[in-house]
Parts: sequence; structure tokens; C-alpha cells
Amino acid sequence: MSSLLHKDLLILRRSRLLLALLVVYPVAIALLIGFAISRSPSRPRVAIVDQTPPGETLQVGNQRVPVSQYTQQLFNQVEAVPVPTRAQAIAKVQSGAVLAAVVIPPDIAARLASDVEPARLEIVYNGNALEQSLVRSTLNAAIAQANLAFSEQIQKAAGVAIGALLTGGNLGSIGAPENLIGLSQIPSTLGGIIARQPPGRVRAQLERIDAFAAFAAQNLTLAKRVLSTISQPIRVKSVLLHGRRTPLNAFAVVVAVSVSLMFVCVLLAAGGVALEREEHTLARLIRRPPGAGGPGRALISRQALLAEKTLLAAGCAFAIAFAMLAGIGAFVALDWSRVGLWLAALALGALAFGALGVAIGALAREVRAASLLAFALSLPLAFLALVPAGSVAGGFYDVIAAISFVFPFKAALQALDAAVNGASPAIGLSLVHLAVLSAAFAALAGLGLRHVE
Amino acid sequence: MSAVLVVEALAKRYDELEALRDVSFEVRAGELVGVIGPNGAGKTTLLSIIAGIQPPSAGSVSQGYGANAATAWRVGWAPQDPALYTKLSVTENLELFARLERLADPHAAVARMLEQTGLSERAREPVERLSGGNRQRVNVALGLIGDPPVLALDEPSAALDPGQRERLWGFLTRRVAQGTAVLFSTHNVSEVQRHAGRVLVLADGRLLFDGAPATLLEQGGEPAGGDLERALVRFLGAVAPASPEGTP
Repeated sequence: MSSLLHKDLLILRRSRLLLALLVVYPVAIALLIGFAISRSPSRPRVAIVDQTPPGETLQVGNQRVPVSQYTQQLFNQVEAVPVPTRAQAIAKVQSGAVLAAVVIPPDIAARLASDVEPARLEIVYNGNALEQSLVRSTLNAAIAQANLAFSEQIQKAAGVAIGALLTGGNLGSIGAPENLIGLSQIPSTLGGIIARQPPGRVRAQLERIDAFAAFAAQNLTLAKRVLSTISQPIRVKSVLLHGRRTPLNAFAVVVAVSVSLMFVCVLLAAGGVALEREEHTLARLIRRPPGAGGPGRALISRQALLAEKTLLAAGCAFAIAFAMLAGIGAFVALDWSRVGLWLAALALGALAFGALGVAIGALAREVRAASLLAFALSLPLAFLALVPAGSVAGGFYDVIAAISFVFPFKAALQALDAAVNGASPAIGLSLVHLAVLSAAFAALAGLGLRHVE
Repeated sequence: MSAVLVVEALAKRYDELEALRDVSFEVRAGELVGVIGPNGAGKTTLLSIIAGIQPPSAGSVSQGYGANAATAWRVGWAPQDPALYTKLSVTENLELFARLERLADPHAAVARMLEQTGLSERAREPVERLSGGNRQRVNVALGLIGDPPVLALDEPSAALDPGQRERLWGFLTRRVAQGTAVLFSTHNVSEVQRHAGRVLVLADGRLLFDGAPATLLEQGGEPAGGDLERALVRFLGAVAPASPEGTP
């Protein structure tokens, strides 16, 4: 087997294009992923046309909330490009300088104060269906955040106004009387007056006013509490059932490495076996003495040939994938104390992909057909393994889960995620899964090599 | 001289199709045997079974009777399409198979084959740069690297020009003179007439003739030194008039 391995390494070294691809591809992927995930997601670049008059305020009780605070909240959510006119904003959208434009109308304060017409923003955007969807989802989220922050400002102003009604004093707003009595002070003040009144019509009227003041104070206190609650009525508590929480960038690393491991391994293994057929050397290598039990032997057994191709592909892919992990580690903090688990996951994953590759190579008769089949199979496997449960119809997800189960990508991804990020399910389960798949695909490859003539 | 290849009652069936039926013959050391017949006669099937590419449905192939039968199976093989690693040089191809054959001295075997095939000057060239004739010589050399007593060749000169054919036959006849038994299939009947000491005629999976080319000439109604191809056609017309074309 060592002679064959040496031969394959020689051929690999002389296939310069393939060798360059094997080196450049993972380096490019590692750099791409590294740069992408080492920067925080950039905020969308949005043109903002603020048509509100300078210093415009919204009156809330005795408080005035500047409308510019809303604009400021929106500016915080996006990379704002202030533009003076709507026409200029549209020109920027059309040129692609900005993702979209938001137009804040001049009458927004009046509309916010009015209970007849709601305040409206205008969003101007362009692009294909994907870009449109991105703009809508991005801006909806940004505007929702700005709305929430602005509503908190209004709620605070409303709270101050209610507090003033309850406690009284100097409200500080123009036209308001000085040293105003608060609703909560009325019962105690009025109680003394009522006590000095003889029974009769006046006392009864004072008692009615006293009862109303007590009731109003009680309900306004409640309203103040309700106001603070409705600004964020439901809070979220997240509970992760198994494993530890995986940051998205750490998972992206695992996906990138798993995809590279699969492509390099499957393509090399499939190509290696198919090349033996294409060069007509397969029959020369594994021909056996005619008749069962006769003396003599093949130059190399089918199993040894498949094992050699699997090991070669797995070894190359393993080295490349580990180099990728180490390379991306320059951008993302990875836990190097778990390196033993990384190696185990990469090794078993590479073996399973190698076995899948030799099965493809044994079934295909030419290198080109094997490569095409390897690509055609690998791409959807990676895609299907990343489809989350609940994102598609139940029956369809079951089909996806079954396909992902019988091919090694999902198991390799889970094993590597568990090794690198301590994610669930436990790595042992995934490694056993990969070992079983390796044996199954190796057996399939053996069947594919039954006929060599 | 004892037989170095014994084929007994060999049969090969592909589902309903009988590609070989009860074929028996022996080959002795130093014999050059041509296998001829129409398309679909079973020539390639016969050689591929002898070479161990596919198993027979019935019958046996061995390398001698009695004590010889127990010796290791050693049949060299050169398929019609050269089975070579085109990215490797001539030497690297030979050395690889010398090692896979577990020869005691692979380097000596490679040097010997390079000398015998006349490829010493091109030893370091990648096979992909060689002409068809030189590739076929390397192909045959790989079949002979383990120094087998029997060499099976499937249409060895099919893709060669006359000059390349001459060089190949010169090399093969030297090996035969050294005692190697060579069994080859061909459509070129004149090659059999010129080089083979014995001819096997297959048609419809049956062995119809086993003897010297001169005898086939005679049975085909041709005078000594006549046209063996014409004799073959007449022979087949007389012996197997109903043989269908196109069966393997």
C-alpha cells in the first residue's frame, strides 16, 4: 500500500492546478470567514431626510419632548447619511450609495400629538427581491428600535406629568398656577375642612369631591406603573437545553472548516479512485487468479486500494482543515485546550468523507464524472444540514433529516461544533455516527469495484 | 516442454448470453499464440479471464498440471488501452509495479525492462509525452516486469503505425525466444501469419481451431504462403455458417 500511496502523492504533486486549488481554496475560505466574522456586522447605510422644523417638540402633559430625539434614535440604529431633500435621497438610493432612504415628514409632531392620523415615515428603496427583503427586514428592525426608544422618552415625560398631578407644586410649564395642590394631597387637606362643616348639602358635596380625589390619586398611581410596564411589556428569558451557548462567529468557523474538509476529502478520494479507472490501471492492480481459491494473489486487494485512497484524501483534508482552524484562530478566539477533541472530530470526519469519496469514485467511471458527482452531492448536503428544524414543513424536514443522517456532513459538523464550541449533541455520539457511516460507504465502494473490466 | 497455461472447459455467461463455451487448450513455454475470430467471438473475454480481470462461469485456468498447478499464479497482462499512470515517468511506472510485484530487486527489474523495450533514453519522460507506440511498449513492459511465464496481450498493435508494430513484435519475439509464452488477440490476421507459431480461432464463444497457421491456411483452401485472412473467412464460412455477428 505504501508504494501506491507514494505514487498518488507523486501524481498529486505533479497536478499543479489541483495542488494549487487544494492550498489556495482553504486559505481563501479561512481568510474570508476570518475577516467576515472578526468585524461586527456593519449597520446599514441609510440616507435620512429630516423635514421637521428645527426645535420642533411634542407636548406630553406639561413636558415637551424634542422630535429630534426620534431622529437621533434612528441615527443610532443605522449608518445615517443626512440628506437635505427627498430627491437627493432617491438619487443616492438609485446610485447604490445607500441601501435605502428614510424620509421624516415635517408634520410628524402634529401627527404624534393627534389621535386621528398616525405618524408615518417614508422608506425609499430599490433592488431585486433579495435586496428588497434585506432592506425591509433591516429597516423594520431599526425603526422598531427607534420607536421603542422614542416611546420610552414619551413614557418618561408622561410619567413626570402624572407625578406632577399627584404631588402638585410648581409644574414649571407656561401658564400653570404656582404651588399647585396635588391629587394625593387633596383628601388630607379636604378632610380637615369637612370635619369642621356641619352636616348638610355643602358637607355632602365636599365629601363627594374628597372621594373623587382619593379615587383619582389611586388610579393615577396605577396608571404610572402601567405606563412603565407597557414600554416593554414582555421580557425574554433564554434557556439552552444542552451544551453551552455557541456564538454565531464560532459556529461560522465550524461550518467553514467542515465544508472545506468535505470538499477536499470527497473530491480527492473520488478523483483518486476514478483516475485508476480512467488510466485503466485499476484492473491491472486488483486482478486476481482466475477461479476461487487458486494460488497467487492480486497486486493489491480492493479493500487495501480503497483504504489507501481514503487515507490519502483524509490525510490531506485533515491537514488542510486543521491549518484552516489554526488560521481562523488568528481572528476568532478558539479554546486551544480542546485541541484533542478538534483532532478527533477532524480525523473521523475526514475518514467518513473519504469513504463517501471512494464510493463516488468507484461508481463513476471517469474523473470528470466523479468530480461532478462529488460537487453535486456535497453542495446540497451542506445546505440541507444547515436547515433549522421548524423552518420548513414537518414532513419535508423529516426527509431532510433522514438525508442528513445517512451522509456524513451533518455528523461531521456536529462533531466539530461539539469539539470546538462544546455544543450539543455530545461529541462521542457524532464520532460513533461518523465511524458507522465510514464503514457503510467503504462497503458501498467495495461493491462499486466488483466489476473492473 | 510442459504446459505453462492450462485452460479447461472454460465458459462465461452474461445472463442469457454465452460468451465462451467449453473452451480448452494448453500453452507451452516459448509459444507465441494468436487468438483470432470475428467481432464478438469471445477473444477479449477469454484473455480477460486468463488475466484474472473477470472470473469464469465454469471451467478453470491454471499454470500447469500436478506440482506446477500449486505454484503462484503468474500471468502478465497488457490490455488494449495502455494501463499506465500518465503523470509518472516510464521508470516510475515500472518501479511502482516492480514493488507491487514484490520483486527482490526492483531497480534491476526496471533496468532490464528499459533495456529490453529500448526505452532507456526516455526513462525519465512522463508517459503523457510518449507516442502511442512507446506507451504500448511500456504497457507490455509492465506486464512483463515480474518475469511471468505467460503474457496475455489484448490487441497489442491495434493503435500502432507499421514502424511501431515492427518494434513491438521484435521485442515480443525476443521474449518468446527467451521462453515466455505469449498469447495475444488480434484482428490483424497477417500479424498472426507472420509472428505466431500457433493460432486459436474463436467464433460465437467456441474454439473452432487450434493449430499452426499453415494448417489453417490448408483448411481454408489456401496454398502454402497464401492469404491467411482469406483462409480464415472460408474456414469460418464452412465451420460456423450461422455464427451471429455482434455477440461478445
